[in-house]
Amino acid sequence: MAKIIEGLYYSESHEFVKVEGEYGYIGITDFAQEQLGNVVYVDVPEVGDEVTAGETFGAVESVKAASDLISPVSGIVEEVNGALEDEPELINKDAFANWIIKVKLTQPEDLDALMDAAAYEATCN
Amino acid sequence: MKYFPHTPDDIAQMLQRIGAGSLDELFAEIPDELKLKRELDLPKAQSELEVRRTVKALADKNCVLTCFAGAGVYDHYTPSVIPYITSRSEFSTSYTPYQAEISQGTLQYIFEYQTMMARLTGMDLSNASMYDGATATAEAMMMCVAAAKKRNRVLISGTMLPTTLAVVKTYARFHGVDLVEVAPTADGTTDKAQLSVLLEGGDVAGVIVPLTNYFGIIEDLSGLAEACHAQKALLVVNSIASVLGVLKSPSEWGADIACGDAQSLGIPMSYGGPYIGYLCTKDALVRKMPGRLVGQTTDAKGQRCFVLTMQAREQHIRREKATSNICTAQGMMCLYVAAYLSLMGAKGLNAVNETSAAGAHALCDALCQLPCFSLAFPTQPFLNEFTLKYTGALPLAELHDRLAEVGFLAGVIAQGSDDLLILAVTEQRTAEEVDALVKAVKSLTQC
Amino acid sequence: MNNTYYGHLVFELSKPGRTGYSLPENPWAGAWTLNEIPEPLRRTTPTDLPEVDEPTVARHYTNMSNNNFGVDTGFYPLGSCTMKYNPKVDEEVAALPGFTALHPEQGAKYAQGALALYYEVQKMLAELTGLSEFTLNPYAGAHGELTGLMVIRAYHLAKGDTARVKIIVPDSAHGTNPASAAVCGLQIVQVKSAADGTVDIEDLKPLLGPDIAGMMMTNPNTLGIFEHNIPEIARLVHECGGLMYYDGANFNPILGVCRPGDMGFDVMHINLHKTFATPHGGGGPGSGPVGVRKGLEPFLPNPHVVKGEDGTFSIETSPDALGRVSSHLGNYGIIIRAYAYLLTLGREYVSGVGKLSVLNANYIKACLKDYYALPIDGLCKHEFVFDGLREEYGGAHSSPLHVTTLDVAKRLLDFGFHAPTIYFPLLFHEAMMIEPTETESKDTLDRFIETMKTIAEEAKADPTLLKTAPHHTPIGRPDDVKAVKDAKFVF
Repeated sequence: MAKIIEGLYYSESHEFVKVEGEYGYIGITDFAQEQLGNVVYVDVPEVGDEVTAGETFGAVESVKAASDLISPVSGIVEEVNGALEDEPELINKDAFANWIIKVKLTQPEDLDALMDAAAYEATCN
Repeated sequence: MKYFPHTPDDIAQMLQRIGAGSLDELFAEIPDELKLKRELDLPKAQSELEVRRTVKALADKNCVLTCFAGAGVYDHYTPSVIPYITSRSEFSTSYTPYQAEISQGTLQYIFEYQTMMARLTGMDLSNASMYDGATATAEAMMMCVAAAKKRNRVLISGTMLPTTLAVVKTYARFHGVDLVEVAPTADGTTDKAQLSVLLEGGDVAGVIVPLTNYFGIIEDLSGLAEACHAQKALLVVNSIASVLGVLKSPSEWGADIACGDAQSLGIPMSYGGPYIGYLCTKDALVRKMPGRLVGQTTDAKGQRCFVLTMQAREQHIRREKATSNICTAQGMMCLYVAAYLSLMGAKGLNAVNETSAAGAHALCDALCQLPCFSLAFPTQPFLNEFTLKYTGALPLAELHDRLAEVGFLAGVIAQGSDDLLILAVTEQRTAEEVDALVKAVKSLTQC
Repeated sequence: MNNTYYGHLVFELSKPGRTGYSLPENPWAGAWTLNEIPEPLRRTTPTDLPEVDEPTVARHYTNMSNNNFGVDTGFYPLGSCTMKYNPKVDEEVAALPGFTALHPEQGAKYAQGALALYYEVQKMLAELTGLSEFTLNPYAGAHGELTGLMVIRAYHLAKGDTARVKIIVPDSAHGTNPASAAVCGLQIVQVKSAADGTVDIEDLKPLLGPDIAGMMMTNPNTLGIFEHNIPEIARLVHECGGLMYYDGANFNPILGVCRPGDMGFDVMHINLHKTFATPHGGGGPGSGPVGVRKGLEPFLPNPHVVKGEDGTFSIETSPDALGRVSSHLGNYGIIIRAYAYLLTLGREYVSGVGKLSVLNANYIKACLKDYYALPIDGLCKHEFVFDGLREEYGGAHSSPLHVTTLDVAKRLLDFGFHAPTIYFPLLFHEAMMIEPTETESKDTLDRFIETMKTIAEEAKADPTLLKTAPHHTPIGRPDDVKAVKDAKFVF
């Protein structure tokens, strides 16, 4: 059974956003990592790139699957999780702790369109 | 019918198990109006003897000419071991090696091929083949655009083979790439100055140039990599594979992608195919690479073994987001190349290049003794292929045809010209054949 | 003879000083040497190619071939791949020097036999498919798809219609369909399958409009089911101004029975290395001819082979053509093989291909459906899909010892069979796609069926045996994760 954490925002395409002030940490959910299997590569944007809600900003790759990362919010990339470059399997170990990018939110109202934990849990069943 | 193992009794038993009354009943759901109601208008079935006779008769209608033509396809020697190896049906009748446990033969020769092509081009890695040199170049163009993300413009030298240019243009048109062809200089070389000017625009994803060009000229690519990289564009160097043994390699020129045709590595000319395109690149670009890729790993017992890898780039997983649509490429020809390069080695490749180029220079000198021939680009270095300017009274096309009538394929008339003749010599040509061609030219041109 | 793994690479057999070639003495020795290459243009780094003698090379590759499984080795039920027997006479005639020694730039006048053969194959394919004309230039199936889609776009563009930028692809389609469309600059619109596995017409209708360039289908589809609504689908797509594209990957079962042209398709490709028995070669060279209905011929790629009124053949280019997709006339050597195969079949046996391949598929399905889950029943054509083992054999999905399709596939290798296509189509989690072809005997199928039953019983009795399979192949299961993470593509 996949883990779901209260207090995060979730998208239908299985990304999460953890909001801290004007910043958001974006990653994939535990459910998503279970579906993918062994993650072997994470393709990330560069610091300073712009991401747009609903648009692709990268991809997660397992041995026999690949999945686009769709940004749940719009923003400017502040930081990318460098640890994933050498150890993409961290996502399998703890998907929520190992966020992929940190963005400065440019349209906080994007969050209103996302799901809370309970609503997301319902979509996973 | 010798390919159908079914006896009437087999068919009856199988139909009974299925619960169908006849073979036709197995097609019951197909709307009747779609079914063929007549015998197809095809030839009557032939026995093996007849098939041999029919096809042999067609083969005999072709003229096998003494080949002095190149233009991307060369009449090099094929060691006799190669067809022996490639005809082993354990190799030829297998599919793409998805089940690694029973496909180590295929996977291993592809891994050898990848290693050899990476070494020849000097690049980090090679994929498991493309269709031909032209489509490999088109894929390299699409790779440039994919790697650049937001740039859409690719520059290509007009000194490339016209067939390659044509194929790349087709792909560019439909893929939505802004492909700009840069016309050759008066010297028959890539216009590096013009490329630099266009690069300054800052919107170029890649630049494609040949190592030896359509006219046979060895291009001087100095400064190009620096110019490209300063503008964050990729440099693609296209080359005939065999000359990589002796010419400064794509990686030595600073290329990001090396591509071309490897037919020159002993693959028969076969009227245009099958050949093999190659595509090599740097590690950083591996996820943008099209086509199949074999990698080394270990099995459950810890033995070294080989598998198809990085498949998440490919169409069967990524569908419309794949790096390319290519799947079946020229697998068997990887075996051809691996066996050829194993047999020839560096020394053999040197010998092939030296003999071919020596023959070409001898032919060039002999023809230029005639008043109606001169080197079209006299200051430019060449290996086994060169371009002559012809000023004789007999039209060049007619001369070319008359030479074919006496058994010579006397080069290729340069596209769009009526006085440039591109000739090539390989190690298969003897001194007698070269002399005979010169004599024939002399007597036909009367000059 | 045993199944010991031969794992050497040719680089490991190399020793300085060994030679594997012999060439005549250079007649122009000394007159021109490699030192004449201007120094800045000369290679300075070694090529590091192996140095090996001829006997070693011959034995090396022969040993390697013993690690390989081909159609000549055993049954190869790989779905959607049509792994039929590759006739040997086809190989023999393709190797005639009258073909292999031809330079592609030698004039048509000196290659009349080669052009006649190309023309004949083109005509035979037109008759077999109910279309008007073919190009044999594309090198493989996916290349044919791309070429066919270019024909469709070129047709719309020639009419000045630039709005048609979308192509409809069923969710059960081969991965090449959307990938080819993307290379061709088209946007993909997916249409759903109905419960019976065919295209859902109600889902299709709202997708049709003035932005649709066409629709790609294979019929029978990847589930092996004949799309019986095809006349209706073709009518709807044509009404909206789109063209119908037929993916010929699954052409084998209807060969000589019905024709894509008669179903309403406008453009199609054929895989000569599937339907027309040319070898797959471990991943090519193949050949992917593209056919079109009347009116679309001018858009086919250059160059074209044309038969003159005097019966002679010429190579021509057309100004309306979509351009060039290959350097010359395609994988010519493969076309010769297909010609020999077509001559052998002739009009008498061509429908036997379709009928017997369908008989074989339905027979296996009928014999195994009590052991493997059959999501869609009814008549299949060349292939069918099981959704893994039935629960009473494979265990519950949630169990850690649940025997998956991968486990069954790997265990099959132990019994001397190639595995089916697995985890495709994507409509089912445990898809196992089985395609026997017409060249397999009932005896072979019975052995396969018995083995599949044995594996089902094993799955119930000893799942670990399957989860660790294969046990009798040259190598065990490879570590795919390591192959990506510690990527090594060269020796």
